Amino acid sequence: MELIANFPFFSIILCLFSAVICSVLRGRGAKICTVVAESVLAILSFATLWYVHLLEKPVTFMMGHFPAPWGNEIRFGTLEAVMATVFSLILLCAVLGGSKFVNRDIFPQKINLYYVLINLLGAALMALIYTNDIFTGYVFLEILTLTSGGILMIREIGRTTLAATRYMILNLLGSGLFLLGIILMYDITGHLLMANMHASLKVLIAHGSYSLPLTVIVGVMCVGLAIKSGLFPFHSWMPDTYGFATPTSASILSGLVSKGYIFLLVKIMYRVIGIDQEILSVARNILFVFGLCGIVFGSVFALQQNNINRMTSYSSVAQIGYIYMGIGIGGTAGFAAAMFHILAHAITKPALFLANASLIEVSDDSPVFHDLSGAAHRNKTAGVFFTIAAMSMVGIPFFAGFTSKLLFSMASLGHNPAKTGLVLVILAISTILNTLYFIRTVIRIYTKRKGDLPRKFSMRAELPGWIAGVSLAAMNLFLGLNSRPVIELIEKGLLRFQ
Amino acid sequence: MKIKTKIKEFVEQSREWTESFSDMSEKRDLPRERVRREEHMVDRLMEEKAGHMGLLKWRRLYLVLATVCAVTLIVVLLTTVAMLPVFGEHHEYMDTVAQYYIDHALEETGAMNIVAGMILDYRAFDTLGESFVLFTALNCVLILLRRDFQEEYRLHDYYDLTRDPILRRVGMVVIPCVVSFGVYVMLNGHLSPGGGFSGGAIFGAGLIFLSLAFGDDFAARLVSEKLFKGVAAVALGFYCLAKGYSFFTGANHLESGISLGTPGSIFSSGLILPLNVAVGFVVTLTMYGIYRMFRRGSFK
Repeated sequence: MELIANFPFFSIILCLFSAVICSVLRGRGAKICTVVAESVLAILSFATLWYVHLLEKPVTFMMGHFPAPWGNEIRFGTLEAVMATVFSLILLCAVLGGSKFVNRDIFPQKINLYYVLINLLGAALMALIYTNDIFTGYVFLEILTLTSGGILMIREIGRTTLAATRYMILNLLGSGLFLLGIILMYDITGHLLMANMHASLKVLIAHGSYSLPLTVIVGVMCVGLAIKSGLFPFHSWMPDTYGFATPTSASILSGLVSKGYIFLLVKIMYRVIGIDQEILSVARNILFVFGLCGIVFGSVFALQQNNINRMTSYSSVAQIGYIYMGIGIGGTAGFAAAMFHILAHAITKPALFLANASLIEVSDDSPVFHDLSGAAHRNKTAGVFFTIAAMSMVGIPFFAGFTSKLLFSMASLGHNPAKTGLVLVILAISTILNTLYFIRTVIRIYTKRKGDLPRKFSMRAELPGWIAGVSLAAMNLFLGLNSRPVIELIEKGLLRFQ
Repeated sequence: MKIKTKIKEFVEQSREWTESFSDMSEKRDLPRERVRREEHMVDRLMEEKAGHMGLLKWRRLYLVLATVCAVTLIVVLLTTVAMLPVFGEHHEYMDTVAQYYIDHALEETGAMNIVAGMILDYRAFDTLGESFVLFTALNCVLILLRRDFQEEYRLHDYYDLTRDPILRRVGMVVIPCVVSFGVYVMLNGHLSPGGGFSGGAIFGAGLIFLSLAFGDDFAARLVSEKLFKGVAAVALGFYCLAKGYSFFTGANHLESGISLGTPGSIFSSGLILPLNVAVGFVVTLTMYGIYRMFRRGSFK
């Protein structure tokens, strides 16, 4: 086996080890260690992508001396590698872009703990992306839940503690339901490895036995992961969580963590249950309906907000709705659209939160729209980054958001005419609503007040933020202008995902 | 109706209060911006309060719906459990993995304790994750409760048990037993029931008892912050590297060069013994660290 096939496993161990190192370093050293680890992670993920792209088939990698089903296993194809590459780049951008605010928001004595958690979160995301074993998935899902609670509450301003409490209650409910699903599944299949579970389930479904337990399993798993990723009726934890956390945490939580859960759900749908099973199509239809509700209600709530961070958070509710809509549309095209939207949103939302933080900083630390008037004149770069991300969210051509909307509408054609109609109508409505609240904000930040002059910033403090902003904007434009190769990689990966 | 009027009254009252607040003479010197922002904040708080009061209207409906949801979930889950395979019933396709472990664990992992062989060798990646779950939890507790660098931090000893003669005498007898039993369970994990997780929990309980009976200062001298962090980092770092080596050699079909030894002797079953010790230290320190944070918010 080539050395390069070990890279996914190296990337998980690397993040874990760098977390351990960070725990004995001081704040600044921990930050440098994290940045180095995330950069190496991005390089490893990209090398993996290159390798599996040339290999043209997914690779299974034995974690230990024992082959599956006795030992653990990870498995990676182009889809996993694309996700890992983009996620690690965004993790790096969020850490770089928000480091100024991390120093402002967190006690200096606790900064190294923050970077410990960021590293653990990276490891958990990588493990969720690569794992081929459902229980390994659960273990790292727990790490993801705990670390996201930690990076939320580390900004100790009372409201974050409250938000973290609510976040943990709802997320643990989700984890509990998911764990119930795993237990029931293990009970009737006798395996934890996805491939073997799938084989056992196929036999069970063919015999028609355990039909009620199977329905319950699919139900609790979908509901559990939907709660954790914030699908519409379970979105109540989102606005406070994203609105009050320090910008790096808000970017990571909105951009990556919820996507990790959705990716796990898609993986279970494909690998464990089997995407063409009857039992799944009902669940997918329900997710579809809630996704549509999420799109509309998320946008409506976002319109009502008077606070830029809360508005951005409610827009996340809508974007998660889009992803579930793609899952509901089904077919390779629908799932590919959902996966592409995961990438598009993961790139856009961190850019928005980081730009928000810079805009708020020059408006006397007030996130209220009234005070933000002319903020883009006071901090020009943040204004540009915000505008680019907002245009992508609205779905203006040349930006990533446009491509994903196009993919959703193309995927909806040719299936069920009712679904096609619903998707197209909801897409139109949501585009109008998105335009209303994002363009309103863009106009607001460019409305000059008397005496608005560009602030002077120290180059040293701003440089990481600019690097992060420019790279996020570049990724956004890349996905918007040159989306074909990415879509091809995703589709190829989905075809071989099973 | 009643609640609506109440809310109205409340909002009006708050508005009056806000006006009087901005009229206060000593506030006049403040810049207008700040006064406006404070007003805005008060307004928002009031809105939120009104929103909560509005929720009261729905409370009964909410209770009914919550009960219905919970009862439905209970009924569905209980029905599901009743339909699962009966305990002990044999299924051919189901028991292959479990049977394989029972048949081969001793020869393949060298561990007399099959469970240790499973968690630290067959499914070692999961256990690596589990240890890091503990590490994550420890870090989250440190974030939430560590207070000793803040200016307003003061030591509180709400109930100091150190003056209790019974506790001290009993502690003198019991603590050595508990600690040595913990070490025994840790070291014997591959031979008898136990292992790092349970041994570490016993050891940690011993440390907590020590800290209670002889005072937190004594325990802090014994386990300083440097020692705490150092041992945790070394244990986890060793765990990471050892398992990384083992995964690497396993996946690439290389010879690992770690002999399994004679089953039954203390130095046997390859990496399981050192890994058990590492896990044991992680568990001990997690328990003790969480206790310290709840007790004092400090390692001192």
